[in-house]
Amino acid sequence: MASMTMIQALNSAMDVMLGLDPDVLIFGEDVGYFGGVFRVTDGLQKKHGLTRCFDTPIGEAGIVGVAIGMGAYGLRPIVEIQFADYIYPAYDQLVSEAARLRFRSAGDFTAPITVRTPYGGGIFGGQTHSQSPEALFTHVAGLTTVVPSTPYDAKGLLISAVESNDPIIFLEPKRIYNGPFDGHHDRPVTPWSRHPASEVPEGYYTVPLGKAAVVRAGEAATILVYGAMVHVALAAVEDSGIDAEVIDLRTLVPVDIEAITASVKKTGRCVIVHEATRTSGFGAELSALVQEHCFYHLEAPIERVAGWDTPYPHAFEWDYFPGPARVAAALRRVTEG
Amino acid sequence: MAQGPKSSKPAAAAKPAAEKSLGDKDELLGFYREMLLIRRFEERAGQLYGMGLIGGFCHLYIGQEAIAVGMQGIKQPGDQVITGYRDHGHMLACGMDPRAVMAELTGRAAGAAKGKGGSMHMFSTSHDFYGGHGIVGAQVSLGTGLGLSNRYRDNGKVAFVYFGDGAANQGQVYESFNMAELWRLPVVYVIENNQYAMGTSVERSSSETHLFKRGASFNIPGAEVDGMDVLAVRDAGAKAAEHARSGNGPFILEMKTYRYRGHSMSDPAKYRTREEVDEVRKTRDPIDHLQERLEKAGLADEAALKAIDADVKKIVADAAEFARTAPEPEPGELYTEVYAEASA
Ligand SMILES: Cc1ncc(C[n+]2csc(CCOP(=O)(O)OP(=O)(O)O)c2C)c(N)n1
Ligand SMILES: [Mg+2]
Repeated sequence: MASMTMIQALNSAMDVMLGLDPDVLIFGEDVGYFGGVFRVTDGLQKKHGLTRCFDTPIGEAGIVGVAIGMGAYGLRPIVEIQFADYIYPAYDQLVSEAARLRFRSAGDFTAPITVRTPYGGGIFGGQTHSQSPEALFTHVAGLTTVVPSTPYDAKGLLISAVESNDPIIFLEPKRIYNGPFDGHHDRPVTPWSRHPASEVPEGYYTVPLGKAAVVRAGEAATILVYGAMVHVALAAVEDSGIDAEVIDLRTLVPVDIEAITASVKKTGRCVIVHEATRTSGFGAELSALVQEHCFYHLEAPIERVAGWDTPYPHAFEWDYFPGPARVAAALRRVTEG
Repeated sequence: MAQGPKSSKPAAAAKPAAEKSLGDKDELLGFYREMLLIRRFEERAGQLYGMGLIGGFCHLYIGQEAIAVGMQGIKQPGDQVITGYRDHGHMLACGMDPRAVMAELTGRAAGAAKGKGGSMHMFSTSHDFYGGHGIVGAQVSLGTGLGLSNRYRDNGKVAFVYFGDGAANQGQVYESFNMAELWRLPVVYVIENNQYAMGTSVERSSSETHLFKRGASFNIPGAEVDGMDVLAVRDAGAKAAEHARSGNGPFILEMKTYRYRGHSMSDPAKYRTREEVDEVRKTRDPIDHLQERLEKAGLADEAALKAIDADVKKIVADAAEFARTAPEPEPGELYTEVYAEASA
């Protein structure tokens, strides 16, 4: 065991997989020589060589398309899209090719690729370095969408992603790369070393895809959340004193409906939290699922706390970012009823 | 253009750019002043960033000043400019108010985009500046659309479309090149080849490193230009613009240049040596180069250049003070300009 940041844990996952499986390779913009803008691939080229970890020209459509072709041949590429905000040129390849290759070839060919990309706000990135595009992927049958919230999960989930035989969109909440930011932007950030989930085994282990985690047990309400917002939700629980159960979904599709149902049936109240814009966000899907599965157990309307329905602005970072105060207010609304 | 974009009708007879002699004193002093304004503005932006007054991403233009300024010298009123995220220099060269640009960096209501866009996303209709774009390569297609608009309106204008050596590898650049030549669009593509895309050098990212040849298979002519020499930029720009304006279609200029600072504000710069940067600064600096020329030709003495320097410093100090003290936008502004009709 070692104490790792999320960056180090992700790096370790790739290091382990490069060592174990010669079919794994890593490429993307500035991932090799430079080690990635967030240093997630730092040292991998040096250790595993130029053929295993290398730089590409800037061209997301090409990067992802090439990875899909390699996947069809039987390799397991991990590609990095430098920021999730730059994934759109590759969207066609992900939707039209990666997601459907298995179906349309009746299982002859698959795209066992992992597309890693940092996402989310809270870093003053403005509209091209802050977006949360998960719903664009959860909407596409054939894609698996994963979002870790701790170093331990990040490594275990990334190894599972690389081993999966389906294309995985692996969204990394960059605001918590270095510490579990809880939305209190006016307080010093806690480093990962002071969080139990920064204890990460150095070798191989997996965290299963499709399984949520109860990160805090509680009785008064259920919070469905993922990514950086898990820590915001925990802060909101503490600030409000409301005994909510916090469920970290970890995988959005396929979502862990058993975990969701068990919790909401117990608490009868549900708050859904994400950074992404509200309209047609993944929260809308979660809300529908809760309604379908738990309607007769609900004692208050389901609440959604989400990003505002606007592009991500340059100014107003903390008005925009759904912080603990907004989550706590939603908790009060669902529990007061 | 009733026959569709493929019409072979030539654009309106273009007025050739006024012939300028190498020694036009006012023009040269103007170039000097503009380049210095950009340099000092960027230095100050870097300082404000260091002080925490500017947040997020901020890409400085220091080292590349001769390109925006030299090209501006041949631009005619109504010609459009569009570029990527390394845009402060272009905006100043287009004549945008340094206060509005700096205040956008600090995210203030008086900023060029009311604090919504930040460093990478500023615009000005009155200066025909079509932005500041954060997505690498996106502006190349948009700029091609400006060219098609010019062709359609038959207005005699040229679109100047700037992008980097790294952006030159994006697929949409080639979709654009093909359309531009196919439809003979009045576009000048200006590749600012500063030799690096973040930490990746041109050699490590490009099979053909002579980027001016990138239009060859589309039959687009191209030229390599010393982008550190404002007069070389101006002269090459004039030829390219003339080509485009007179109905011959697009032209590609590859400006060989260099950025002195890191890619953005946090850049460990492990991909190049200190010596490499110092060497360029010492031997190819566009401002020093022009200063020498001015002094040698007896067009300006030290006192005259110092006066320009002092004036520029004042403008920049004023812009910085304005950007520091101007009020922040109201949170309600978040919901404006999302749709044509603001919804509450
Ligand atoms: C579509 C897209 N991919 C990646 C990025 C991240 N990125 C921003 S700038 C940059 C390098 C661009 O280099 P170049 O075109 O040479 O311009 P320079 O920074 O040298 O001015 C990269 C990869 C982006 N903004 N957009
Ligand atoms: Mg470059």
